[in-house]
Amino acid sequence: MNRLLFALPVLVLLIIGGFFYRGLDLDPSAVPSAMIDRPVPDFALPALHPGKKGLSTADFGGQPKMLNVFASWCGPCRVEHPIIMRLAARADVEVLALSYKDDPQASRAWLAELGDPYRQIGVDRDGRVAIDWGVYGVPETYLVDAGGRIRYRHVGPLTAAVVAEEILPRWQALQQANQ
Amino acid sequence: MIVELGHFALILGLFVAVVQAGLGLLGGGRNNALLMAVSGPAAIAHLGCLAVAFVALSHAHIVSDFSVANVAANSNSLMPMLYKVTGVWGNHEGSMLLWVTVLALFGMAIAVFGQNLPDRLKARVLGVQALVGVGFLLFIILTSNPFERLLPAPLDGRDLNPLLQDPGLAFHPPMLYLGYVGLSVAFSFAVAALLDGRGDPAWARWVRPWTLVAWVFLTLGIGLGSWWAYYELGWGGWWFWDPVENASFMPWLAATALLHSASVAEKRDALKAWTILLAILAFSLSLMGAFLVRSGVLTSVHAFATDPERGVFILILTVLATGGALGLFAWRAPALQAGGLFRPISREGGLVLNNLLLTTATATVLLGTLYPLFLDALDGPKVSVGAPYFNATFVPLMMPLVVLAAIGPLLPWKRADLAGVLGRLWGAALTALAAALLVWWWRDGGPIGAVIGIAFAAWLAAGVAIEWGQRVGLGQAFRDGDWSRTLARVTGLPRAAHGMSLAHLGLAVMICGMVGDSFWKTEVIEAAHPGDQFQVAGYSVTLDEVGQKAGPNYQALVGQLTVRDADGRFVTVLHPEKRTYTVQSMVTTEAAIRSTFWGDLYAVIEPAELLNRGQTAGSAAAASKPAQAWVVRLYFNPLVPWLWAGILMMAGGGAISLSDRRLRVGAPARRKQVAELRTEAGS
Repeated sequence: MNRLLFALPVLVLLIIGGFFYRGLDLDPSAVPSAMIDRPVPDFALPALHPGKKGLSTADFGGQPKMLNVFASWCGPCRVEHPIIMRLAARADVEVLALSYKDDPQASRAWLAELGDPYRQIGVDRDGRVAIDWGVYGVPETYLVDAGGRIRYRHVGPLTAAVVAEEILPRWQALQQANQ
Repeated sequence: MIVELGHFALILGLFVAVVQAGLGLLGGGRNNALLMAVSGPAAIAHLGCLAVAFVALSHAHIVSDFSVANVAANSNSLMPMLYKVTGVWGNHEGSMLLWVTVLALFGMAIAVFGQNLPDRLKARVLGVQALVGVGFLLFIILTSNPFERLLPAPLDGRDLNPLLQDPGLAFHPPMLYLGYVGLSVAFSFAVAALLDGRGDPAWARWVRPWTLVAWVFLTLGIGLGSWWAYYELGWGGWWFWDPVENASFMPWLAATALLHSASVAEKRDALKAWTILLAILAFSLSLMGAFLVRSGVLTSVHAFATDPERGVFILILTVLATGGALGLFAWRAPALQAGGLFRPISREGGLVLNNLLLTTATATVLLGTLYPLFLDALDGPKVSVGAPYFNATFVPLMMPLVVLAAIGPLLPWKRADLAGVLGRLWGAALTALAAALLVWWWRDGGPIGAVIGIAFAAWLAAGVAIEWGQRVGLGQAFRDGDWSRTLARVTGLPRAAHGMSLAHLGLAVMICGMVGDSFWKTEVIEAAHPGDQFQVAGYSVTLDEVGQKAGPNYQALVGQLTVRDADGRFVTVLHPEKRTYTVQSMVTTEAAIRSTFWGDLYAVIEPAELLNRGQTAGSAAAASKPAQAWVVRLYFNPLVPWLWAGILMMAGGGAISLSDRRLRVGAPARRKQVAELRTEAGS
């Protein structure tokens, strides 16, 4: 019994090591393939700003939409925020948002401080809707096509390079497909 | 030529390490004096080789030799000299070279300062130290060679990551590595003790100072990183529970636990197996940190250039080193003789509780950091773990620890009278209550978290003051006015005791800083034109103008803000900057901060076009207009300077404890010294 106790640390190490080895082949920023090309999940969320529109499944479709998942407590969200501001300023881009596991008041204060690039914001207080979307962490950004299907996801903060190389080409392709 | 010399020295260093490891361990095992005698000089030669390699790489960076791939990728001819030098470790390959050089430095230190270590123990410690070095040198030479040439050489380099071009971050990696790698000494001692089969008090006496060295550097390194995040990321946050931050914080927590348990092992010959385990774990956590940062298994804002091949290599190294040591532990530790006995209520008991809380906190952070990976690897849902988890789990664990930090030092060894000790602390309880009421009244009742936080800090600070005051006889001096005796006691008290008091006081000061930053921040965010005025926390701030400035390798917008107090008296001028680094076309924020005793006035400026678009999202026409407007963000961050002061006090306490007479080489025994002082004071 006592000996077993002394062997416990090495067992724990082997288990963690096994997870690490498996983790090397996983891409933490990869989309679970299950959500790609699937329709937007069924959901309806209240609005962040009183008096404005919330966010629901019906808001997707018709034309391509971009969805950004953010939270005021998330450091990387701040890093990517100016980039989303710039994206949203383009006439051809419309960004919707999920306020993820965040106090609505804190979200509002955060947006008041940094600027609000979002057309509509849904409050996902307990993160349930985000689970349906397959959100892994904040920030995340999704591209949804005109048919309301999720086409692409980026995990982690957007950078100028990601926007130029990953987001915009796909976005433009989605728009062309819609015309 | 110099570059090739460096490469050659690096490879030579590997062979020397093989000799040091092989002969040290073999000699130690056979108790062969001749073989064992090689390990000391080998450790010095090993450092010599790596120092040559490190200097060679530094030389290439300083003279901007862009034919070296590492220099071309991470330097630029226009960079100021400071950042050319710090660019040496501002990248993966160079930082690994720094890692092994520091490892060799500690090996040399053991060889030089360990003259009076038992021969077998010393040979084995140096052997284990070199074995770790062999692993990492193989890693560098096979996967991350910093001396690789690039032909044809480019005309100029791709510049160092602009975020790293900062005085705070320039010295963050060396400090952190001195901490991480410093823990290797405790690790080597632990493995040597297990090979030895005895964990005698001589062993514990040696482990504690080395752990303390590592701990002091780790504290400073983490503090520097946090300070950098505070002023460079431009919104005044200082800790984010990011996986990479956690990777540095876990070894710190484990090392803190080790410092405390080692004192039990040293003074009372108890908790030996536990102390050995902690020594292994502390270094294992720094190895794991290296793996997490460089393999890309977790998402982090601090991404290093990650590479699966390197990830596998570091994982194998980590598992071999940690697994070998823990396997040895499972085999040998049950046979360790249990030492001094103690009651649950005693100094030892208090330190055990301290260790339980600290290791639980470490496990909590570990779980939160790795949880997304665990679920992902089990094909479970993808989850995120953020600040809410850590605040909800970590803070409650720290509260009893803070209570204990005031009680523990008053407990005598072996057995203690808890009621008596608590009786001596009534002053601390009263201070805590008074502080809570004061905060309650001053801040109009809250928030409750702030009241509790300040009460805990006051309890700890008062507890430290009571303990220290009683030890030096402050109360008696007040009563009879005889200060000479107290002064003699102050100088006679072991420096380790002063160090402990200072470090604990630092923790109290730091808690105040955390409370101020979390609960009492005030901010003003305005779109402004030159001439506009703002009010924040009793200051009146005017935006005078925004000018342009050309730095050596960047262009900057510089705001000029005049700060006046409530009565209109001039206080200072702040110059926040927004820099655009030309080579990587990256924008960085340079906050302007005026620190006072009570808090920081923190100013950031940016062009309004970045932010104004929010109100008119999608409408490009409106966005292009607000040409001359600027967004000025002003924060008053109460008590934030206390955070940095607290960190410095903790590190300073460690340093003072380290200078304790009994830890210095060749110093005469302390007891004699105290006796002399006593007679002086008496005469």
